[in-house]
Amino acid sequence: MGSILFFLSILAILATWWLSRQGLASKPWLEQGETAVLPGLPVQSTHPATIGLRVLLAVIGSFFALFISAYVMRMQLPDWRTLPLPPILWLNTAMLALSSIALHGATVAVRRGERTELKASLIAAGIAALAFLSGQLVAWQQLVGEGYRLTANPANDFFYILTGAHGLHLLGGLVALARTTEKVWRVPATEQLLLPVELCATYWHFLLILWLVLLSIWTGWAGEFVDICRQLLT
Amino acid sequence: MAVALILVLVAVGSVVFHLVSPWWWTPIASNWRYIDDTIIITFWITGAVFVAVILFMAYCVYRFRHQEGRQAHYEPENKRLEWWLTIVTGVGVAAMLTPGLFVWQRFITVPDDATDIEIFGQQWQWSFRLPGPDGQLATTDTRLISPDNPLGLNRDDPKSQDDMVIEGGELHLPVNKPVKALLRSPDVLHDFYVPEFRAKMDLVPGQISYIWFTPTRTGTFEILCAELCGVGHPQMRGKVIVQEESEYQAWLQEQASKSFAHLTPGIRNGTVMPD
Amino acid sequence: MVDVPLGSTGVVAAPDVEDVELYHPHSWVTKYVFSQDAKIIAIQYAFVALSVGLVALVLSWLMRLQLGFPGVFTFIDANAYYQFITMHGMMMVVYVLTALFLGGFGNYLIPLMIGARDMVFPYVNMLSFWIYLLAVLILVASFFAPGGPTGAGWTLYPPQAITSGTPGGQDWGIIMMLVSLMVFIIGFTMGGLNYVVTVLQARARGMTLMRMPLTVWGIFTASFMALLAFPALFVGAVMMLFDRALGTSFFMPAIVEMGQPLDRNGGSPLLFQHLFWFFGHPEVYIVALPAFGIVSDLISTHARRNIFGYRMMVWALLAIGALSFVVWAHHMYVSGMNPYFGFFFATTTLIIAIPTAIKVYNWILTLWRGDIHLTIPMLFALAFIVTFVNGGLTGLFLGNVVVDVPLSDTMFVVAHFHMVMGVAPILVIFGAIYHWYPKVTGRMLNDGLGKLHFWVTFLGAYAIFFPMHYLGLMGIPRRYHDIADMAFVPPSAHTLNAFITIMALIVGAIQLVFVFNLFWSLRHGREAGGNPWRATTLEWQTPETPPPHGNWGRHLPVVYRWAYDYSVPGADQDFIAQNQPWPTRTSGAGHG
Repeated sequence: MGSILFFLSILAILATWWLSRQGLASKPWLEQGETAVLPGLPVQSTHPATIGLRVLLAVIGSFFALFISAYVMRMQLPDWRTLPLPPILWLNTAMLALSSIALHGATVAVRRGERTELKASLIAAGIAALAFLSGQLVAWQQLVGEGYRLTANPANDFFYILTGAHGLHLLGGLVALARTTEKVWRVPATEQLLLPVELCATYWHFLLILWLVLLSIWTGWAGEFVDICRQLLT
Repeated sequence: MAVALILVLVAVGSVVFHLVSPWWWTPIASNWRYIDDTIIITFWITGAVFVAVILFMAYCVYRFRHQEGRQAHYEPENKRLEWWLTIVTGVGVAAMLTPGLFVWQRFITVPDDATDIEIFGQQWQWSFRLPGPDGQLATTDTRLISPDNPLGLNRDDPKSQDDMVIEGGELHLPVNKPVKALLRSPDVLHDFYVPEFRAKMDLVPGQISYIWFTPTRTGTFEILCAELCGVGHPQMRGKVIVQEESEYQAWLQEQASKSFAHLTPGIRNGTVMPD
Repeated sequence: MVDVPLGSTGVVAAPDVEDVELYHPHSWVTKYVFSQDAKIIAIQYAFVALSVGLVALVLSWLMRLQLGFPGVFTFIDANAYYQFITMHGMMMVVYVLTALFLGGFGNYLIPLMIGARDMVFPYVNMLSFWIYLLAVLILVASFFAPGGPTGAGWTLYPPQAITSGTPGGQDWGIIMMLVSLMVFIIGFTMGGLNYVVTVLQARARGMTLMRMPLTVWGIFTASFMALLAFPALFVGAVMMLFDRALGTSFFMPAIVEMGQPLDRNGGSPLLFQHLFWFFGHPEVYIVALPAFGIVSDLISTHARRNIFGYRMMVWALLAIGALSFVVWAHHMYVSGMNPYFGFFFATTTLIIAIPTAIKVYNWILTLWRGDIHLTIPMLFALAFIVTFVNGGLTGLFLGNVVVDVPLSDTMFVVAHFHMVMGVAPILVIFGAIYHWYPKVTGRMLNDGLGKLHFWVTFLGAYAIFFPMHYLGLMGIPRRYHDIADMAFVPPSAHTLNAFITIMALIVGAIQLVFVFNLFWSLRHGREAGGNPWRATTLEWQTPETPPPHGNWGRHLPVVYRWAYDYSVPGADQDFIAQNQPWPTRTSGAGHG
């Protein structure tokens, strides 16, 4: 359960940092009236949807961290046979990275008010994400073709489930992205586009990082990294 | 008034119930008296806290019940009092935890002179395996289980030749000899539980767990399964019979001749029986 | 007295919903069925959860009948018995308690108590309820599926849960259970996001975190924990569903079942237990923390005294919430896991007792020198303390690893968790319903019926579960549908079992009085007015009762003080509402 505890400790540190600025040590019965109120008020500049997305990412992160925990625990049992990674995964990684970069470009464009570039980057991001998803399906087909079927070995099961879960999350993101793109054509005021574009970009960056984490586990880099850390500590 | 009285009755009634209850643990038959002692310590500490909290509450309800003209005292907090209560609680918790951890250390440290035996639970019966004269149990594999080989012994392992299998029968143990029981299940979770021994541990398919104890009293005790294992769960019973050394040896002789003849008829002729 | 100037410029806390037009529903359907008003959603949640609760109550009757009078009711065979206990447990823990506290009370109270108009994502909130209802329907449908519902015990431990020796294991029961749980978790995540973000973002002007009532703190912390803990159940459910439906081997080692080898290999049943309890232990506190919060407010309001040690109460809530994620394996001391884990988990488990004890002390110290009105909510709060302290203390037995060895998987455990997370939170739910019913409906619940309901429920439930500990101490295992032929069990234990069953029937039956009261008082209850308990918190200060969609009319409340200004020296009343700018205390007037 190491990875989920690691993930939760990061959340705990963030939460502690945030709470430490909320005046949890203040004595509320001594402060009264508005004069005492205003300095303590949290600044509400962030839109609720942004906070909502961050909390959702924490939930999704916890979901995958738990899956990775289960993966690591299951991996230590003797019947584990690591499966070879299809090379197409590297192309897919590049596609997902491109998609993420394009969405970053979209946030820059929407801040500058450049609608043509905004449209172009949103569509590019969508196409790259679709390319990633089809690439994943190809990877599945290749693996099945080589005999790495579901149920043959838990390593295969985890690969299919984790890529599937990641893909489903991206698919959900694509729905949001499609709605945002449609909005760009419909809504004339660029300020109203800032929020949805930024939300999409955050979600995409998160899914890219998540994908890189998964990839590093399958390639064994994560394991080596943990070993090095352990050696440094002991 | 009535409310306070009922609260007092609940507290006092609970204590009285505890003292006069005919429902208490079975007379112990193993070395785990330490566990009983830790439970007693815990009963004393928690019982005192329970009574103190409820009586205090009852007093408050009586003393500070609403009456014409009463005004509550305004006091947001009292740091000193709160810290004192925290420290006292911490001490009480430590007083329960520390002996608990020491006993746990004993519980998981098997003495060197313990005899290995195997307890094998399947839906829904108990089987046992004794190591025989060589004192060692052979390796096993769930995939070897068959009607001829109900426990899945590895017959290629030379240690298997004198292993004594008791299928669905009674486990005999000599009194005052520590036993390390290796627990194994071929199907679902079970739990080896003899109330008089206090000890208990799950049998997990795919791995071997263990438990150790020393029977300290002769007699026949019931083995229960304490982990839900399907519809036959309550019927999954066995017997452990703790005997004096001499009686145990006699039983062992009798079994050895039976089981040796049954399991490995070819051995005496120097041939290995084909399975 | 100093008047605080109103209308000075500042940051506006609540999202700017000036367009009250938004809150005029277009039809009966959007007002009462597909409503986006958190209060209606709360009532929908509560109604469904209480209905599920009644089903689960009947299931508990059936299994108690078997235990108390074995063999008399022949239709309760082993199969049925295990199906009843499984469904009873899962329904009560997840579909009743979690849904009622977070979906019911969370939805109703969060926006009102923090001075918001609604949840921040009303549409998602509505979806949350309908998905919850879908989960309930799937669960209930499993009763009618071939083979009936699963009988794997609410812990659903594999391999047993998906093998043929268990009811529903090779039929539809376990599949429907897992799917229902997954649907529930998706629905809950939608609701949970709302509760958390609403507390973070939609607080009224002046409502700092430390001015929030503890109810909001409790629900907020619990929602956050649930968001992070439920994924563990989801992951476990997905993997078990694969094991069951597709033949993977996540949790399935090589198995010979009834003489037949199964085509599985190498999996680990303990892996599921880790995942399950990584959810399951926080779940206990997900139910407990809202109860802690609500009971704090009930005691404070009805004892006319500020909650004692408010800061400690908040810190303790947060500490319990954080610690509850590192104690999960105390459910697994005898599971065959690495025995050295026992040292760590026993220590963390007993440490968690300290913040919990602080909360108990502060509740009873709030009573000290109070002005205690023995109203029905107060009675339920007192009963909560009795049962919670009792159940919490027996938790110290089970958390202390070696003491757990003889007691785990016995009736002692059943008695313990029913006392601490069954009876105690349900008493809070009752107290809370008696407390907030006047706000929801505008009328008081009938007092006489309430007292009858209270005394029978409290004393009856205590009489059920307190003696049950001693059956476990004796060594009677849990989940035995028949204990008739155990050598060490004296005949008196069977008498005790029969007594417990009779008490269970009585306590269950008296809930009908409560249900009757809920409906009867809707029309015939005494008119309550806006603030019948003379409470300080914002939900009692709404311009209309029951509050309409949007809660506050045109102007959002501004918060001038914390939630517990009761019996302030020098004030002309024994409470000062949170949105009341005066009277200010003259300096030095007795804060200790």
